[in-house]
Amino acid sequence: MSATAVRPVRIVVAKVGLDGHDRGVKVVARALRDAGYEVIYTGLRQTPEMVVDAALQEDAQVIGLSIHSGAHMTLFPAVVEELKRRQATDIVVFGGGIIPDDDIATLKKRGVAEIFTPGTPLQEIVDWLRMRFPESTQK
Amino acid sequence: MRALARTITLVERRDPSVRDLEEALRSDASTPGVAGFTGAPGTGKSTLVDAVVTHLRGKEKSVAVLATDPNSPFTGGAILGDRIRMQRHALDGKVFIRSMGARGHLGGLSLATREAIRLLGAFGFDEVILETVGVGQSELEVAAVADTTVVVLTPNLGDSVQMIKAGILEIADVFVVNKSDLDGHARVAAELRAMMNLAPKRVWKPPIIATVATRQEGIEQLWSAVVAHRSHLEASGRAKELTEQRLRDETAEVAAELARRRARQALEDDPTLAERLLQDGTPYRTAEEILKRDANR
Repeated sequence: MSATAVRPVRIVVAKVGLDGHDRGVKVVARALRDAGYEVIYTGLRQTPEMVVDAALQEDAQVIGLSIHSGAHMTLFPAVVEELKRRQATDIVVFGGGIIPDDDIATLKKRGVAEIFTPGTPLQEIVDWLRMRFPESTQK
Repeated sequence: MRALARTITLVERRDPSVRDLEEALRSDASTPGVAGFTGAPGTGKSTLVDAVVTHLRGKEKSVAVLATDPNSPFTGGAILGDRIRMQRHALDGKVFIRSMGARGHLGGLSLATREAIRLLGAFGFDEVILETVGVGQSELEVAAVADTTVVVLTPNLGDSVQMIKAGILEIADVFVVNKSDLDGHARVAAELRAMMNLAPKRVWKPPIIATVATRQEGIEQLWSAVVAHRSHLEASGRAKELTEQRLRDETAEVAAELARRRARQALEDDPTLAERLLQDGTPYRTAEEILKRDANR
């Protein structure tokens, strides 16, 4: 495939729910950009339907969710369910926010691939994506 | 919808399989209208496009938006943020929004955009809107693809003068002075008019439309101007000329892409040739040899 350009992995990044704390998600978006990913940021107060719809239109391989309102147990699985309904379970969902350890285990059982909590080094998120998408040789 | 999204990815990636699309799409000759919006960062392009989409949806037209943002030249990464302003159309099945990185493809943005437009036409979209930041990366390529190029300016933006200097004046078919509720909008319009009077006379004189995109003001006038320009293209025979010119350009671009692919492949498959190239430092001779060799095959 050397004759064709390798397209960057595309990641839809969204704030689900009603909180307006977007500093974290913007920092992560920027780190992903610097790591060579194409980040599509959709903004605040997104519903699971909107996030999935954007991911489908953008042909993204990954959805990154951010939440600080405490509604992660409702909204994160709702995104996974919506992906099932739209027959797009190949899209990987990860999330970040203030999320208790007990909840993380449950969320993973319900189809969220990974959760990053406050204090996670940005490189850890990048390394995780590189591991999930090794074929996309980023420059 | 996912089929469309996936095929656009192939087109963007310049996958060799896009060749087969050509035959498949030829019968679907319905070409959508294509309007391109460009302007300096922060002039409100995305908000304006969002307002235009709302206007067109009110007329029962289906709309696709291809929004281009720059990629980092170092990492290839990008933050594509144009969707943020358009999320109110998120669940409308007649609106399709796709973000593109300007430097994400080898064959150039215009090639990928042209093919994407053809695809969107085949999927039944009435209108295609191209949005791109006017920072010298991609707006000229967009002007080469759009039927009508809308240049967006705002009051009190030093950048607007920079844009005029940079030659954006020549690509505009319609000027928009957005944020016209701010002081200074009359001056922008006056400056534009003065600039146009100095420029060589053209048959089509670009109108200057005042808008406040956040309040949906001036959008109807803006769209009327786009439609008027479209009629002008048709009536003057320019539309036909453009179509022919673009087909020629596109063929040249595709040929370049194919040749590039062959050359890379040949250098990979033929170590002797690659070695000689490295020793002699003769890219011209090597390229000619590769092209000749392929032609005889």
